[in-house]
Amino acid sequence: MSSETSALPDYLPEVSKGLTLMPEQASAMAGRIDTLYIALVVICGLLTVVVFALIAVLGYRYRANSRANRESQSSEHTHRRVELGVLAIMLVIFMGLFGWASSLYLDMFRGPSAAMTINVIGKQWMWKVQHPDGTREINTIHVPVDETINLRVTSQDVIHSFYLPAFRLKRDVLPGSYREVWFTADNPGVYRLFCAEYCGSYHAQMRGKIVVMEQADYQQWLTRQGESEAPAVSGAQLFQSYGCSGCHMGKTGIQAPSLAGVFGRAVPLAGGATMIADEAYLHDSIVQPQKHVVAGFDPIMPSYSGQISEGEILQIIAYIKSLEPLDWKTNPSQNPTQGEAQP
Amino acid sequence: MSVATDPRWPREHYLSEGFRLRDWLLTTDHKRIAWLYLASITAFFFLGGTAALLIRLELITPPGDLVSADTYNQLFSLHGIVMVWFFLIPSIPATLGNFLIPMMVGARDLAFPRLNLLSWYIYTLGGLFTLAAVIGGGVDTGWTFYTPYSTMFSNSAVIAAAAGVFIVGFSSILTGLNFIVTTHKMRAPGLSWFRLPLFVWANYATSLIMVLATPVLSSVLMLIVVERLLGIGIFDPALGGDPLLFQHLFWFYSHPAVYIMILPGMGVVSEIIACFSRKPVFGYHGMVISIMSIAVFGFIVWGHHMFVAGQSIYAGIMFSFFTFLVALPSAIKTFNWTATLYKGRITFTAPMIYALSFVGLFTIGGLTGIILASIAIDVHVHDTYFVTAHFHYIMVGGMVTGYLGGLHFWWPKMTGRMYSELWSKVAALALFIGFNLTFFPQFILGYLGMPRRYHEYPVDFQVLNVMSSLGAGVLAIGYLLPLFYLFWSLRFGPAAGGNPWRAKGLEWWTDSPPTKHNFHRIPRVTESAYAYDPTAE
Amino acid sequence: MPTTQPLNEAGQVAEQFNDIDQQVQSNLFGMWLFLSTELLLFGGVFAGFIVFRVIHGEAFAAAAGHLDLMLGSLNTALLLTSGLTMALAEQLVNNTRRRATLVMLLATIALGAIFIGIKGYEWYHEYEHHLMPVLGLPFEYPGEHPQQAELFFNFYFTLTGLHGFHMLVGLGLLSVIAILTWRWRDPPRIARQVQISGLYWAFVDVLWIVVFSLLYLLRS
Repeated sequence: MSSETSALPDYLPEVSKGLTLMPEQASAMAGRIDTLYIALVVICGLLTVVVFALIAVLGYRYRANSRANRESQSSEHTHRRVELGVLAIMLVIFMGLFGWASSLYLDMFRGPSAAMTINVIGKQWMWKVQHPDGTREINTIHVPVDETINLRVTSQDVIHSFYLPAFRLKRDVLPGSYREVWFTADNPGVYRLFCAEYCGSYHAQMRGKIVVMEQADYQQWLTRQGESEAPAVSGAQLFQSYGCSGCHMGKTGIQAPSLAGVFGRAVPLAGGATMIADEAYLHDSIVQPQKHVVAGFDPIMPSYSGQISEGEILQIIAYIKSLEPLDWKTNPSQNPTQGEAQP
Repeated sequence: MSVATDPRWPREHYLSEGFRLRDWLLTTDHKRIAWLYLASITAFFFLGGTAALLIRLELITPPGDLVSADTYNQLFSLHGIVMVWFFLIPSIPATLGNFLIPMMVGARDLAFPRLNLLSWYIYTLGGLFTLAAVIGGGVDTGWTFYTPYSTMFSNSAVIAAAAGVFIVGFSSILTGLNFIVTTHKMRAPGLSWFRLPLFVWANYATSLIMVLATPVLSSVLMLIVVERLLGIGIFDPALGGDPLLFQHLFWFYSHPAVYIMILPGMGVVSEIIACFSRKPVFGYHGMVISIMSIAVFGFIVWGHHMFVAGQSIYAGIMFSFFTFLVALPSAIKTFNWTATLYKGRITFTAPMIYALSFVGLFTIGGLTGIILASIAIDVHVHDTYFVTAHFHYIMVGGMVTGYLGGLHFWWPKMTGRMYSELWSKVAALALFIGFNLTFFPQFILGYLGMPRRYHEYPVDFQVLNVMSSLGAGVLAIGYLLPLFYLFWSLRFGPAAGGNPWRAKGLEWWTDSPPTKHNFHRIPRVTESAYAYDPTAE
Repeated sequence: MPTTQPLNEAGQVAEQFNDIDQQVQSNLFGMWLFLSTELLLFGGVFAGFIVFRVIHGEAFAAAAGHLDLMLGSLNTALLLTSGLTMALAEQLVNNTRRRATLVMLLATIALGAIFIGIKGYEWYHEYEHHLMPVLGLPFEYPGEHPQQAELFFNFYFTLTGLHGFHMLVGLGLLSVIAILTWRWRDPPRIARQVQISGLYWAFVDVLWIVVFSLLYLLRS
């Protein structure tokens, strides 16, 4: 999969020159969107032609020096009936389009369950990508064909927008929160990735490509990337180096809840509420530790906001997810729900 | 023939009251204040237009070679800020509205003449802040000032620019307030609400939006200035603040602001089409209801700017639904304008060509709005050139065309003189052709996936971009021509007389140019706004 | 061309109006419109505050506990009293009682000034306790959720600052009117001006009630 061209950086896909009217399609969803779009263009085109033709025909027929009949002008009452007629026709057309577009939109957002989740972090002015096995890329995403891929997108600084025109797919990328996007590529090839939300000086250069590969090619590509560490392994090192383990892991650690097996479980919070410890919860707990304090613990954890990158947070989350509940069973004193019970 | 010897030239009128600087800068005459605005917004229009031309020049070639990325970002920010807040929003209300609303309701002046002058000074002060931002290194946030880029990351003169827009907001609030009070309290005897010209209705609806939506923009810009100046962070995600809150508040104003920028144009076009078809507007009451329902529904569709920003999908669908609904009154209006032509007696003067261009371009702009409201499509074309093309069809194809049409229609009233018929028609046609050539290719570019605000782009987008840039050149000619022949007419144009178009409406009952207090005697109204008779010759 | 009454000649009425009644009606209507604009100006900030009050309920409630409820209540009482004196001034000026009107106006100004003074003291108090996250000043919050508390205090200073600014404008307006009342050149005109400024002052009162309820009373 080489895409070297002389003029462009190698992370950009090749392009065809000349005039095209429709972008290429790389997923079934793209085809469904295009059908709706073409229907809309036809309807709107017809309505536009009607208006222009009316202006031309009436303008010619009733020009000042024509002899056309101008007697028997219609009354205000007739006007109202004609207006209501136009209103009814337009209402039917518009509601039909609304229904079609909305159901398609629901399909776009409520996707099938994904085979794999890839993390994408927007940053002025590049896209950083982390695969489930730890492979990392910049401005390029390799994915297998015919698999439902889930992307978890977030931003490290300002708002970006993750845009894959060939998939008719776009999602704004906001700092401090995770958004999920899914797609199923059905056509191997190289497609464009744009940042669509203005994000500063080099917004126009925040582009990249998505490489859709046959399953076999993809496996080969993965093994070629082989040496990279799994994110959970890098996460474990970060967990040490940022000092998290001092409180959350150590033998003396009753000042902070243990994190083993916490992922996906309901956590009791100070104040009586409970929360499911998902990615967003763990992310918040790192950058805004005072937001959801676990019941029975003092809010003493410092915020890591600004000191840790979004990529590192994702690795730490991967590490926390990898911890087996078994770990705390052997160390019952660190059960987060019983932390305060220990002397 | 010199106007001095023309019997139709009034001996005393508002322009003969004195020509010293203080006669202009301290005037409370709404007609002179309209001229102050006309001069200022024209200057800003050409400033914003120059920025646009540089943008189009840069985009002729795919790589960013003419200007640097930062300069490019400052250019489109300048273009947006200047055009939206210093040209489009004040354009028709502050010039034509200021000049005509008191005359159309049969009053001597607006209800608060000194407040009116103050509005212009506030506008100028806001303009100076914005110019200071340009001189002090430019601003690169785009006209939308999205946080956290504008509050925490941009290194440009955001404070000055946001303060400028904040200040100019009060100018439009005060203008709107003045118009509403004038329309309510100062109508001539016999001028009931349903005898008001649609131009007054349109400006009345616009004023309501100005008074009720602009303060929300003011508060959100104030929060940006406060965050940058004092470090009080309301939108800072690190504190648990939400950048989406900014977008909600911003679009709560800025979507209704789109209607501030189109309703007055609709008013102008209704007057022109009725006059040159010599027929009452088709469905007057329907037009009034449409204007008012656009103003009201305009307040509940702001979320359609945020379909991919991360609001809930059900909120997105609701906003899509309301957006389809708000398109209905616009569809009715378009239909009524064309139906007004039926059995009319049509003359194709320059104002009429502008007005018919407006109807055509607004139709395309409105229908592409329907494509954008179709929420699944919007996911793909949001923040691409499709959106750029759509709102330029509304703002430029609609409002600027309507503004120029109105300027040509009432120029004889404002100055008492006629302009070149030939050149004005040439300009109107150049505008229509140049405009379509500039912006139609951008629809295709947008669907192909070219994002907005891109300083450089992939080479396969070049053909369409070159077409667009060529069109911008034609468009520039269409804008520059009126500057010449209108200036020429000020000195050499023949006298127009009180009512050169044989139009209805109280403003045509008096001299051109009108006397200082508009009417020699306050008129009493006995007929509806458009009592034209197409059967009469 | 049918015509009606002649243009009004110069006199009591401003030249653009036909009669004094039209002028009074227009001025009052204009002020009401202006106040609706002002309400929406505050409305934007109120809306933002309420959104975050719901999201970070507990943290905001706790942070509100760090405000001085005593002083806030005192200020509310002062401002409500000033609303009363202003209303009395409106009554008195209609009965052309110059001295009494002047006294009531001065009382209103005095109450407003004390309000500003107390507000200033509160701000100083918060500055001393490092609860003023302005201009990079240190923010040392003793309780839980310091970040959300900082957000709360950001709103606190924005809202009270904006309200304080409106108070200052109102005080300036009332001072001018007090001087005019002292001179007593054109009593009917003064009566109209007192009525218009009374409307504004009542609005500032009502705004404070909302600000006070949102910031001080919603505490844990």
